[in-house]
Amino acid sequence: MARVLLFGRLADQAGWRERSVEAGSLASLRQALAAADPDLAEALGGPGVQVAIDKTIVRGEATLAAATEVAFLPPMSGG
Amino acid sequence: MTAFPSISLTAHSFEPGVLLTNFCAGRAETGAVASFVGLARAEHGRATVLELEAYPGFTDAAIARFAEEAKARFDLHDYRIVHRIGRIAPGEAIVFVATAAGHRRAAFEACDFLMDWLKSRAPFWKKEHGPDGDRWIEPTAQDRTDAERWD
Repeated sequence: MARVLLFGRLADQAGWRERSVEAGSLASLRQALAAADPDLAEALGGPGVQVAIDKTIVRGEATLAAATEVAFLPPMSGG
Repeated sequence: MTAFPSISLTAHSFEPGVLLTNFCAGRAETGAVASFVGLARAEHGRATVLELEAYPGFTDAAIARFAEEAKARFDLHDYRIVHRIGRIAPGEAIVFVATAAGHRRAAFEACDFLMDWLKSRAPFWKKEHGPDGDRWIEPTAQDRTDAERWD
């Protein structure tokens, strides 16, 4: 079970910031999210959106071990 | 408060003068302390509240990595960074940065360097709440140019 976190405009769009999703890989997580909310899934794959797994930025595909935290990070604004 | 004692993300307002006094205390070999305080602007009535979102454990770790780079680059004795998160009213302090070095040039430059990075590349998400609604803010071209001075 992955703990999914959304930040910034992505959380506003989704209407939630945190949710548990059953998925063994990043691709299957995206599919599960797309089944529930296609517009959100498109935004999560949009330009400038980075993915962090257990607080480390990853690029491309990744497997998700048990109790993984997956965060979708829109372009950062700075402080 | 975070796992990095030199770095704090806080949802509460802070007093910059107290932070500076504490940072200066007990230093026998530090010849120079430079500090910067950033305040929330009202933007001529356009912004009633600024909201800053961080990713705890990620944002503070990213700031710590960069601050340690600054410490090595400018041969700092020490630094202190306090950043507000959550809802911030105009006039309130958003960020406090202090740097301690043997001599003033390194302290000034390290403070400037840290602020340019914090303003343009630190992992925060910023939303302006105003009378015309809410909007997410991204770094300005000037913020990016300022940060690129050091690359």
